[in-house]
Amino acid sequence: MEEKKNPVMKHAVMTDPGSGKQYKLVRCRINGVERETMVDVRASLTDMLRNDYSLSSVKKGCEVGECGACNVIIDGECYNSCIYLAVWADGKDIRTLEGLMGPNGELSDIQQAFIDEAAVQCGFCTPGVIMSAVEILESGKEYTRDELRKLLSGHLCRCTGYENILNAVEKTMKKRLSEKEAAAGQTAE
Amino acid sequence: MKEKNGVIGKSVKRVDAFEKVTGRAKYTDDLCDRNAYVAKVLHSTIAHGYVKSIDTAEAEKIPGVVRIVTCFDVPKNYFPTAGHPWSTEPAHQDVADRLLLTDHVRYYGDDVAAVVAENEVAAAQAVRALKVEYEELPFVLDVHKAMEDGAPQLHEKYPNNILAHTSIRNGDYENAIKEPGLKKVEGWYQTPTVQHCHIENPVCYAYMEQGRVVVVSSTQIPHICRRVVGQALGIPWGQVRIIKPYIGGGFGNKQDVLYEPLCAYLSTVVGGRTVKLEIPREETFSSTRVRHAIHFHIVSYVREDGTYAARKFESFSDQGAYASHGHSIAAKGMGCFPQLYPCPNIEADTYTVFTNKAASGAMRGYGIPQAMFAMESHTDDVARALGVSPYEFRMKNVMPKGFTDGFSKNVNYYDTFRECMEKGRKEFGYDKRLEKYAHQTGEIRRGVGMAVFWYNTGVWPISLETSACRMVLNQDGSIQVQVGETEIGQGADTAFAQMAADTVGIPFEMVHVVSTQDTDITPFGTGAYASRQTYMAGFSIRQTGELLKAKIIETACELTRQMKENLDVVDGNIVRTTDGDILMSLGELATEKLYSLTNNGHLTAESSYQIKNNAYSFGCTFVEVEVDIPGCRAQVTDILNVHDCGQLINPALAEAQVHGGMSMGIGYALSEKLLYDERTGRPLNNNLLDYKLSTFMDHPDLQASFIENYEPTSAYGTKALGEPPTCSPAPAIRNAILQATGVALNEIPMRPHLLFDEFKKAELI
Repeated sequence: MEEKKNPVMKHAVMTDPGSGKQYKLVRCRINGVERETMVDVRASLTDMLRNDYSLSSVKKGCEVGECGACNVIIDGECYNSCIYLAVWADGKDIRTLEGLMGPNGELSDIQQAFIDEAAVQCGFCTPGVIMSAVEILESGKEYTRDELRKLLSGHLCRCTGYENILNAVEKTMKKRLSEKEAAAGQTAE
Repeated sequence: MKEKNGVIGKSVKRVDAFEKVTGRAKYTDDLCDRNAYVAKVLHSTIAHGYVKSIDTAEAEKIPGVVRIVTCFDVPKNYFPTAGHPWSTEPAHQDVADRLLLTDHVRYYGDDVAAVVAENEVAAAQAVRALKVEYEELPFVLDVHKAMEDGAPQLHEKYPNNILAHTSIRNGDYENAIKEPGLKKVEGWYQTPTVQHCHIENPVCYAYMEQGRVVVVSSTQIPHICRRVVGQALGIPWGQVRIIKPYIGGGFGNKQDVLYEPLCAYLSTVVGGRTVKLEIPREETFSSTRVRHAIHFHIVSYVREDGTYAARKFESFSDQGAYASHGHSIAAKGMGCFPQLYPCPNIEADTYTVFTNKAASGAMRGYGIPQAMFAMESHTDDVARALGVSPYEFRMKNVMPKGFTDGFSKNVNYYDTFRECMEKGRKEFGYDKRLEKYAHQTGEIRRGVGMAVFWYNTGVWPISLETSACRMVLNQDGSIQVQVGETEIGQGADTAFAQMAADTVGIPFEMVHVVSTQDTDITPFGTGAYASRQTYMAGFSIRQTGELLKAKIIETACELTRQMKENLDVVDGNIVRTTDGDILMSLGELATEKLYSLTNNGHLTAESSYQIKNNAYSFGCTFVEVEVDIPGCRAQVTDILNVHDCGQLINPALAEAQVHGGMSMGIGYALSEKLLYDERTGRPLNNNLLDYKLSTFMDHPDLQASFIENYEPTSAYGTKALGEPPTCSPAPAIRNAILQATGVALNEIPMRPHLLFDEFKKAELI
């Protein structure tokens, strides 16, 4: 019973007799695919995604939750994966920037908007910011520009002055909302 | 040059945007083998002294530790780190004052030892387990104290810690100030130590291949890095290969050679195995480079009619512990003083002084954001003393059209300053706001201010300016373009592709810029700095493009039997100019040539171009602020930058560059300062939470506007834009606060701590 309450305890800890390192099995869904691997219990989710799954969009800018470059979506909510232990990811649904692209290489609307609005410069903060934008867009809510600033403020960017990033997110939000409205209108008819 | 129907001047999408929005763009750490050894550096915990001994016994016992190297083990090859082109004249070479690791530590955070381990945890544990015994020496953090007799000495060769002192003497200052009826305006202005805060920390990895050392690094300057690694290791420069993939910002910090030499050395001591050295954020603040804090003193003698009779300038630049870019920054700041507001009688002196802090190096603007804060704050002070409009005072005195600088031979070909100011004034509604905010009394007040900035393009004639380019034609008529100038986020690769497309005469999509620089393959070029990319690379791209085009036309003659004078390459086709007929596509031509059994050839072109020009690049900032007087807070409510950087290659990317620079300028004005503990010399806020760079919430929408005066010396009419946007926001904000409150703040950042003191003095609170 105890184990069910605490998912972290679901799998046993294995100790490597040589190095004394402790490992644990982490099963989770990453970008829609069920995956499992043994991870060092001290590893961050950033480490696991980068090192075990080669998801190199997950960037390291500070590794202490200050800059937002490592941001991913876990069960629908954004987290700095650098301060989220890999073992906590067990049983979770994780999405990274790599998961946004369609099966035939189609870009999502928000990725295209980042290109169109010149919101990309060095590109290092870009993956994390886009994932926050995804969370904002999927809420289906309309936000003011000031609210968007607050919602995105967990990300630091030194290249863009944030201007074109805001434009990209705001335009995509408005486009999605107007499409939704149009679709709702059609259904009503 | 601007081709008809060409792509120059159009806001085409970035060539690297797709890779960057999909996470496919590979940065240094993304490319490194996951099983590479990991290195970590032990930094000193005192500000000044000698390492007496390092006990490695405990550290060596930690499982996974491969090798520990201390300051007593490394070769004593002193090397310079500045990202300047090498000079073959010893007198012009950068100061070589660094070792891979040092026993004479000169700042809190200096590099004392390094550990190579099988993994990061073992490396970190081993660094903590090293026991260092120091002999402590007195240290000094303040430039003025460092210059006093008896102050702690950082480097033997530099008495009073003065790295360099240079002067300008124009006319006769002492005599000129005796003119009757002059008004004297004097001020001291202080700028802070700040850090670049590129989101990707400095990172590199090194390995050996065929007896040579290869370093993959997040650097702005691969070819310079190769030379410095060679110097540091004492090996021929050809034994070093540097590869630069995509990089997550640089802003000048990566225009220094940081830890590449140490990383390369560590690989050589572990049998050439791959060693990765990633600098954590805290160490990036404490132990890489910072912007020089500079203390300025300006005295102006001005006539009743608003003209300058004589002016004096002094500045004291805080170099920190090592020379790095050294005096170049302070000298650049002083150099523009006689130019910005020309005056016949000038006395100027600038000192660069060692202190026991992190070394100061290049940072976006290279001394000009500091100088502009002082000079443009002072300009408002002078206008105020005369009781005239600061705008009109500038219009009257700022550098006129036709001004020529004797040293650089730069010519102000247009009345750029006035054109930019007029445009800004109109677009910003400056006059209306000035009037509206003229007589406020409440607790919340608004104000409007402006400032201009001086800048130039590249480093000629102080240093070498050169660029080399290679173009290779593919079977389908597309080309690869390579230059030594690096993409660091600014969009250089896209601008290069636009230039190459128009010069060769092919569609933009058919130009493939090789983004990665590899010193084994990439033609020689010095890298990304001094806002030189589009201007300097433009020369070699234009020249090489013309060479390739000439070869294409020659081949077209053979294949079409038409005279070359009647042929052109237009939109990827060979066109007969006499009737406009398309004779063949460039793809057909290239394929035929490459596989011809009779007249075979691979069409490529390569050339280098030494640039003996520089170009002024000017502009201004208009800003509105809101000041909460009891709250001692100032915030920007509206801001506009106007630039004349010549012909815009890509307007959307140019605008994006300006936004980023303005944001950095706002942080510089209001919130950023790297603090040091007076008692220990330890940095206090070396992390991204306590160091306050601008976030999404710290400034309003940013507006950029341009005057496009075609630069006559340029290959494509363009000139500097990378750094200029950072230069004028701080003084404009300061001048807006002055208009709002009547309080002249002479220090940045203008954070609540400062406003509280100054508002108290002014009896506003």
